[in-house]
Order: sequence, then C-alpha cells, then structure tokens
Amino acid sequence: MAEKKIYSVSELNGLIKELFDATPLFLQIAVRGELSNYKVYPSGHHYFTLKDSESSLKCVMFKSSAVKLRFKPENGMSVTAFGRISVYPRDGAYQLYCSALMPEGTGDLQVAFEQLKKKLDEEGLFDPSHKKPLPTYPEKIAVITSSAGAAVHDMIRILSHRWPMTKVMLLPVRVQGTEAPAEIAGAIRYANRHELADLIITGRGGGSIEDLWAFNDERVARAIYESTIPVISAVGHEPDVTISDYVADKRASTPSNAAEIAVPDASEERMALESFGIRASQAMDKRVKHLRTELNNLSTRRVMQNAGAYLDDRRIELDHMRDKLAASMEAQLGLKQREQAKLAASLDAMSPLRVLMRGYAIALNDRGETVRSVKRLRSGETLHLRVSDGSANCTVNEIIEENANEKE
Amino acid sequence: MKKNDMSYEQAVARLGEIVESLEKGNMPLSQSLTFFEEGTALIKYCTQLLDNAEQKVVMLKKGTDGDPVELPFEEET
Repeated sequence: MAEKKIYSVSELNGLIKELFDATPLFLQIAVRGELSNYKVYPSGHHYFTLKDSESSLKCVMFKSSAVKLRFKPENGMSVTAFGRISVYPRDGAYQLYCSALMPEGTGDLQVAFEQLKKKLDEEGLFDPSHKKPLPTYPEKIAVITSSAGAAVHDMIRILSHRWPMTKVMLLPVRVQGTEAPAEIAGAIRYANRHELADLIITGRGGGSIEDLWAFNDERVARAIYESTIPVISAVGHEPDVTISDYVADKRASTPSNAAEIAVPDASEERMALESFGIRASQAMDKRVKHLRTELNNLSTRRVMQNAGAYLDDRRIELDHMRDKLAASMEAQLGLKQREQAKLAASLDAMSPLRVLMRGYAIALNDRGETVRSVKRLRSGETLHLRVSDGSANCTVNEIIEENANEKE
Repeated sequence: MKKNDMSYEQAVARLGEIVESLEKGNMPLSQSLTFFEEGTALIKYCTQLLDNAEQKVVMLKKGTDGDPVELPFEEET
C-alpha cells in the first residue's frame, strides 16, 4: 500500500492549477453567457460573472485587456467571452481570465459605435448649427492622413487637377492601430493652434471596420468638434460612416470625394469668369443701345435736323408776338382816347352856356334867383331873361299856372 | 485695394459686384465704362491666376521648438 501523502492546501491548489494549465482546451476558450455583477475596480481590472439559467462562472479581465474594450459591458448583456480557464490558488477557485468580450448578436465594434454615437449625439457634437461653412476658395488645406497609400495620392492628384492655387500641407499620421486616434486628434489640434490652414481634410482609404476604427474614436471626434478650422471627414468608401463623419462640418464619401468637395473646379471657374465677361458686355451693349435709341429720338426732332430753320421759326414767332403786343397796346390806347373824348363831350354838354346855345333861356328874379316855378312869381315883377349872348329885363304880365290836377 | 494684392476670392467677389451694377444700369455712362474696364481687367487677372497656379504640396513636421517645419513631399509609391 502506497504511503498516503498529505498535501498542504497550497500544494493541492498548485497541483490543480498545473492540471488546468496543462489542459490545452482551457488555454484558449470561448464561452457564452450573460453578464452579471459587473465591476470595474480602481486598479482598472474588470470583474464579472458569466451565467446561464443553471450555472455561473467567475471572470476577470485585466486592465491591459479591458482598455481594448470598444463597448461598455453592462449587466444582462449576452456576450461571448474569450480567454483561458485557470485557478486562482489563493481561493482555490477557477475562473475565466478574459482577454476579450464580444456582445452576442452584434459585433462589439458595432455596439461601441452605437454607444459612442448616442453619447456624442446627446452631447450635441453632431448639431448641424455647429457646422462651419467651408471656404469657397481655400488657400491652404491641411491633409491629415497617412503619407503612404492611395488616399493621399488621390487627394493630391485631384486637388492639383481641380484647383492648383491651393497649397496642400500634409500632416502625416498613422490612421490605424492604437496610436492612430491620438495622432489624428493631435494633428487636428496642432493645425488649429498654428492656424496652418483654412480647411482640414482628415481620413483614409477603405478597409475593414477595425481598420477604420480610429475615426470612431472619441478623441478624434472631440478634436474635430473643437476645430475652428472647418473639417471634411473622408473615411473609407461610400457606405462606411464613422463618428468622424457625423462630427465633421462636411462628410465626404471617399478621400477623392473630399478633394472634390474641398476646392472648386478650375475649368468650371473659367466658364464662370467667361460668363461674367459675357454678362458685363451684354450689360454694356444694352446700355449703349438704349442711349443710342434715346439719341436717335432726340435727333429726329427739327431743331437737331436744322438749327437755322428752327431759329427762323423762333424769329418769326417773335415778330408775331411783337406785332400782337403792339396791336394790343394800340387798341388799349385808342379805347382810352375815345373814352376821354366822350367824357369831355358830356361835360361840355352839361355846361349852362351850351344849354343856352341850344335856345334855352334862364329867368332870374331881381334877387338873382333862378325861377323854377310860377308859384314864386308875381304879376308886374321884373325878370332878367338870360340867353346865350346877353339878357333882357322883362315884366311879368300874366301868370298861367298849368293845372296840376289836369295831369293827374 | 490694388488688383495685384487681391486674392482670387476677393477678385471674383469684386467682379460679381461690378457685373451686377452694370446689369442694373443705373449709374452714369462714364462710371459704367470705368466699371466695365475694371471688370475686364479682373477677369484677365483671375484667368492669369488660374493659368499660372502650380500646386504646392509640402509635408509638415513638428520642429524641435514645436513650430511646423515644411519639408518637400515626395509621394511614396
């Protein structure tokens, strides 16, 4: 009978750990379950339990793995956890040392994307009112992308073809990998700090969702949002939409498209210049035509045709006027003269001498009064009878009174 | 502003103003003519800018003092 070895607890737990660690299946395993009791410790390690309806499994995710999480794990989420099963000797408990978590049903990146999108949207980073207009004719464009690859090549080619007046400044950055977000965000802030350009294009060519991930990074999003220089985001191909696209002042479907949006097309611009020229000429033609018509209208009048004739006419008119004036003056004068003669005549007619001349006589009594009535006369009275060229003394013989009653 | 100091953008903006005033046609003829001449000169100026433009592409690196340093950019193929 073999001697029974008595093990210490530590020894036994050590043995069990060795056994686990020697089991290839446990070294790399994927397990599906529901998250519960999820805790993030100040150390940065994450502790949680994976469970299903009947059983549960303790899990730990160290900080080094946890920082790579692209979504925020929440209790109740169905996930697949990746890692190794091992024993924590102090507790004698086995657990899953989790290196990655993936939400069930969706890719974890997709979940992270949706979560960040929701958060930034709620914060107002996608607010259309915050979007800045792009310059029509940018003088300097800062291109923040990889210095290698098709994207930068395409952009430079299109920029120089369309609008060679713009100076292109490349700020080379890594566009994928863990360093990429910080480099991209840093370059955007650097361009702003040094006022390098009046337009920024940042982006990269197409790739997998992982390749494009830097443009879904919150740091990049915030750098774009805070940029005072307008930013065009140009990531991947047409269907790829990143957080950067939502925050940017303008989204381009591809880097080439960004170059097209960024600058006008010189050939279109030449046509625009030409049409300005045509419009100016037409406006001038119209003006001149109008003036000429006006001039024609004026020159057909007689004065412009024959100034001498015009003056003759005016002279004749003047003569007529003068005649009329004279005639009117004369007429005025004649009337006055006739009026005066008439007046003088009537005055003359009123003169008593003229009356006597016409054969009348005036009778005066001896007191020198004019006799107007027989009633003032007495028989035998002497009257002086005055005629036009002398007078005679007469005696009243008989008074004959005309009967006034007869007349009545 | 002297024409030669104008950016393309400024020149085009001025050109637009001139053409619009000419089209309104409510200024004296002599002024119209001056505007027309200015507009024609601006079109020539802008066209020259386009003709003579040569794209400058540089690569910016952060210098030791943190300020940007321009380097010639040669595309990696």
